[in-house]
Amino acid sequence: MTPTDPAATTGDTVLEVEDLTVQFPTDEGLVEAVRGVSYELRRGEVLGIVGESGSGKSVTSLAVMGLLPKTARVSGSVRFNGTELLESGDKELSRVRGRGISMVFQDPMTSLNPVYTIGDQIAETILVHNDITKQAARKQAVELLETVHIPNPEQRAKAYPHELSGGMRQRVVIAIAMANQPDVIIADEPTTALDVTVQAQILEALRTAQKETGAAMILITHDLGVIAGQADRVMVMYAGKPVEKGTADEVFYTPRMPYTLGLLGSLPRLDIKTDRLTPIAGSPPSVINMPPGCPFSPRCPLAEDICDQEEPPLEPGSNPEHLAACHFSYRVEGHEPTDLFRPVADDPLPAGATEGEVRE
Amino acid sequence: MTETALDVESTTSRTPVLSARDIVKHFPVHGGGILRRRIGDVHAVCGVSFDLYPNETLGLVGESGCGKSTTARVVLNLQPATAGEVSFEGQNLNTLGRKEMRRLRRSMQIVFQDPYASLDPRIPVNEIVAEPLRIHGLYENGGKERVRELLATVGLRPEHGNRFPHEFSGGQRQRIGVARALALEPKVLVLDEPVSALDVSIQAGVLNLLQDLQSELGLSYLFVSHDLSVVRHVADRIAVMYLGRIVELAPAEELFERPAHPYTQALISAIPVPDPRKERTRQRIVITGDVPSPANPPSGCRFRTRCPKFANELSEGERKLCIDEVPELVDRGQGHPSACHYAETAQLL
Repeated sequence: MTPTDPAATTGDTVLEVEDLTVQFPTDEGLVEAVRGVSYELRRGEVLGIVGESGSGKSVTSLAVMGLLPKTARVSGSVRFNGTELLESGDKELSRVRGRGISMVFQDPMTSLNPVYTIGDQIAETILVHNDITKQAARKQAVELLETVHIPNPEQRAKAYPHELSGGMRQRVVIAIAMANQPDVIIADEPTTALDVTVQAQILEALRTAQKETGAAMILITHDLGVIAGQADRVMVMYAGKPVEKGTADEVFYTPRMPYTLGLLGSLPRLDIKTDRLTPIAGSPPSVINMPPGCPFSPRCPLAEDICDQEEPPLEPGSNPEHLAACHFSYRVEGHEPTDLFRPVADDPLPAGATEGEVRE
Repeated sequence: MTETALDVESTTSRTPVLSARDIVKHFPVHGGGILRRRIGDVHAVCGVSFDLYPNETLGLVGESGCGKSTTARVVLNLQPATAGEVSFEGQNLNTLGRKEMRRLRRSMQIVFQDPYASLDPRIPVNEIVAEPLRIHGLYENGGKERVRELLATVGLRPEHGNRFPHEFSGGQRQRIGVARALALEPKVLVLDEPVSALDVSIQAGVLNLLQDLQSELGLSYLFVSHDLSVVRHVADRIAVMYLGRIVELAPAEELFERPAHPYTQALISAIPVPDPRKERTRQRIVITGDVPSPANPPSGCRFRTRCPKFANELSEGERKLCIDEVPELVDRGQGHPSACHYAETAQLL
């Protein structure tokens, strides 16, 4: 893949992913979870990655961190501040994890260790990367708890994860993620397990963490609303590939890929009374032994013969920064979901088309 | 569906198909010792009342632990209420015997949240849909045809009926769940988070299907969900629940345009909308803390511990009322009932 992004060559890129692919050999065949993802993350920005289950959005970030199981076949290139991560050994990666790039996962209960106090766990992350005393690390831990707005941080530092609510636990995870002033924070569905009022608090805490550390953030979610409010730039993924990339405004107001338009039309809105949603017919393709052509074509109202033969590359239109992978993106521009999609309820795809084969 | 589906007062001419009055549901909490003595109660639902009218969708929304699903189960008599009364077309469910209750179940069916857990993986879809017909002795009389018809109704191909649940996608499974619920031609469908487990592009199709079925079959829906956006789309009226109580009840549009309870306001302002410019400029009411334990709910108004109004606007004297007295669900001049002593509408969208 050619570097189509002009920004990739500028000096303020912290993370550069190029043509990343991830495959899992299984009994049924080769699962192509990620099929060529490229993006660059600029210092201090928030990149939102949005997609449905099985689109490969989580696997992409696990590959970046080198956290996939050994059975996974990863290829391509991941450069963090110029260093190639895919070729790095575990020892080198350990120096990057937590200090260079840190992660916030969906479920805070499983990302914290139940037998250590949260203060100890935060201090541990600090001690691993810094040559300071335990006491100093503990003090920093308490300060971090305060930054993410945990009341009585002094006492809470001595609490175990089970003594905290889901929202509080996620704050602790965020505190750990920001402890070593990373350059990149990857947040993978950080609010999906939480109630909306708590979600609002956590998004705020993430913002704080990002501002305090000056880190760039990759926010992975299926929630277009969360993306709209938080992301500077957006990457929409479908069947293991980015299908649209642009600023939040570009992607939301002038989508160039039928899938993006379809997603927006499927969404019930809190702020607007909609009489009828316009669903996308069928379901996402299985990523095992994928047929050639555009993976969205069986569900696409614009599909023509070429779509089944040739997979469209991610290309810019009139705006060089706004990319879409569609042979007919010019026919999507400036249209409403209802112009393209039929507001019908039937599900014409034959049964057996499965979704979400890959672990999300 | 209809414009006249407003609050109870304005629709006295219509009789509700389902009524709940002061439903209370407590779950016992046992101690850890050998005796496992009862040491308290979880107050899951506390005095919930509502009416569901024919051909109407009533949305029941709230965050986890607010008692919305328990309310749905109590209404269907799947769990006995601790106190209170549920009646279906004037018949009090509490007084019915087993046999009568069973007959009545034909009129009230439920669709569950998880389309993976709610279908038996070992039975083909035809049998899953036929099961309610068999149980109620209706299969002999053209049951096979009926099953084909039901599958077609929910947008599935009848010839796929001999396949097993795992051969279907999530959205299709949820359609099977709907077909099963419709088998006995019910009047009321309780939909417990019917689209929460589905991806957005799939969810829209199921929501459209539910809308179509309602207008075709004249069904009444009790739609339980945590997702206010979905509820705004489907519901005629919405009841917002917090810690076991309904805090506000209003026609859907009115609830979003003029929310009166501080909790409803916080909820609306916390939900992100897929519109970047709007999101960036929106006014936010961020409430702090987490929902208190329902085993030990706060006195008076249960929302007061997190209420931004209580914390920032009320005087010491005014707060006393919130602490001492449970606010009733009545109209305090906002056009619809809300359970706040100091209810005041706000415009948030």
